Amino acid sequence: MTLDRVSGIGLLLLAVFVAVERRVLPLGTHSNPGPGYLPLFLAAFLAVLAVILIVRGKLSPLWKSVEWPEKFHALAIIGCCFFAAFAVEPLGYRVTIILILGFLFGVLERMKVWWALTLAFALSWGSFWVFDHFLKVPLPRGGLGF
Amino acid sequence: MAETLQNLLLGFSTALSPTNFFYAFMGCLIGTMVGVLPGVGPLAGISLLLPTTFGLNPTAGLILLCGVYYGAMYGGSTTSILMRIPGEAASVMTCIDGYAMAQKGRAGPALSIAAIGSYAAGTISVVGLMFLAPPLARFALRFGPPEYFSLLVLGLLVLGYMTGGSLAKNLAMIVLGLLFGMIGIDHMTGYFRFSYGVVALGDGIGVVPVAVGLFGIAEILATAGNPMRPEVLKPKLKDLLPSRQEFRDSVAPIGRGTILGFLIGIIPGSAHVISTFVSYAVERRVSKHPDRFGKGAIEGVAGPESANNAASCGALVPMLALGVPTGPIPAVLLAALMVHGINPGPLFIKEQPVIFWGLIASMYVGNVVLLLLNLPLVSIFVNFLRIPYGILYPIILMFCVVGVYAVNSSYVDVVIMSMMGVIGYVLRKLDFETAPIVLGVVLASIIEMSLRQSLAMSNGKYSIFYERPISAVFLAGALVMIVIALIPLVRKGIDYGWRRDLTQAEKEK
Repeated sequence: MTLDRVSGIGLLLLAVFVAVERRVLPLGTHSNPGPGYLPLFLAAFLAVLAVILIVRGKLSPLWKSVEWPEKFHALAIIGCCFFAAFAVEPLGYRVTIILILGFLFGVLERMKVWWALTLAFALSWGSFWVFDHFLKVPLPRGGLGF
Repeated sequence: MAETLQNLLLGFSTALSPTNFFYAFMGCLIGTMVGVLPGVGPLAGISLLLPTTFGLNPTAGLILLCGVYYGAMYGGSTTSILMRIPGEAASVMTCIDGYAMAQKGRAGPALSIAAIGSYAAGTISVVGLMFLAPPLARFALRFGPPEYFSLLVLGLLVLGYMTGGSLAKNLAMIVLGLLFGMIGIDHMTGYFRFSYGVVALGDGIGVVPVAVGLFGIAEILATAGNPMRPEVLKPKLKDLLPSRQEFRDSVAPIGRGTILGFLIGIIPGSAHVISTFVSYAVERRVSKHPDRFGKGAIEGVAGPESANNAASCGALVPMLALGVPTGPIPAVLLAALMVHGINPGPLFIKEQPVIFWGLIASMYVGNVVLLLLNLPLVSIFVNFLRIPYGILYPIILMFCVVGVYAVNSSYVDVVIMSMMGVIGYVLRKLDFETAPIVLGVVLASIIEMSLRQSLAMSNGKYSIFYERPISAVFLAGALVMIVIALIPLVRKGIDYGWRRDLTQAEKEK
């Protein structure tokens, strides 16, 4: 399977998903288009583009040729992003950032513990001060109050 | 003319106020750092700074963000010349002759010609912006919903073609962006669309989490864990001056790069990137010694560096005069204005003269600041490149989280950013360009509103789009664009050299 064909199939599935999900939205009429009018048109156009990719995708590189040497780093980083999203309000900005930076510096990048912790604390408190105090952008303090 | 000069005076009185000058300076400084650091492009930089402008007045906010935009164009040349790594895509062509000059011990002159060319181009193209935007805005007062719809269709098609790579893939990314832009409450009927009960999605997906996810997080995901960067050359201040011959050889390329860059900048797409290819190709063609190119020709640095700065200025013309962004960066700048309740469009220049002329004047001031920053302080900026990437990317990640969260104080935005990061990472692997997605998100509401209003005006007749002359011209342009794009499909193997170069360069970056 080639890259373009994999992409084409993915986009086709997305187009079908949008078309199916759109059913709850009224289409309206041509003179008074409803909220489902443009999404349906876009889904149809996306399906056409997906078919073009599938049909013309014979010569593109093979899916197997794609290398993912950074996959473990990428998985860990994306995990940190989702952790930040769900922890930032209950734990507060500073604690969340210390945990994330401590993990990235200490575990992923294998820095010395004292150096990783120093950096994590300094960056967390420093960025909090810059944004919250200096730029007046309110950041969450969490259940513990900091 | 007298009115323009009077307005410019108003602009300078705004731009030179201590507060606005401070933000112009900060924008230029941050922009230079953003340009110097590989992995942080101007789009991610501007998006991350967007929340910090909420507390500012709109003039200061726009001056800060625009400073980052053209400052990044200056800074991008430093890594290209000293490391052969483009700080951002528009500096790819500078790598060729800039790095070759550095290897011959001429890094200083290459850096100073890049800075002088950027300064000249930036300053001259602001004159173009100053004289072109107001009449264009007056003309756009004739636009109704059908004209806007046709203009946006034309703009998106041109964007799809000019982005490089496969047209079908680029169009698919535009459609994907438009579909993301459909999420949230339908403003005409109040229906929730594709929000699955998540109240925070009612306002739709913001441009900041999308841009930061696709360009900040995806870049980190793709580059973290890569081997160390190569050694950085460090030029001394006394070595910066170009020789008289090098200076003479650069004058004409700077002039040509400025004109080409400004004109290409107005066209939708990766204008600042394309302008560097066109400029490089032109310089090689007009040179009496084309064989010197690739081996350290100063013209190969002067032309492209001038062109990318002029293009960044040209890209502001449609955004300020029509309210239509031609690329993802103007789209974020547009979002910054909308946060303050200002809608750029034909009436923007007339109704907000302080902001428009203040921005124009700040760009003159900013270009001087950048010249003064970039030449003497280049060896300081180079030190940023010595920070190990293992330290740098967690810091960038931290700024992504805080920048995105701060926009709405909502964790949902951070979730969206993370999802966009994954989507951007996978799309890169699948050889897709992600910039059209950002533009699609921003334009979705405008394009949908103008389509539905047009159809309501015409009682459901699509003929309204080709019966009105201005709209018909835009649609004819769109048709021509489709025909041009179809030629390589019909005649296999035929494509335009610059598009191949563009695709290749964006992959290398």
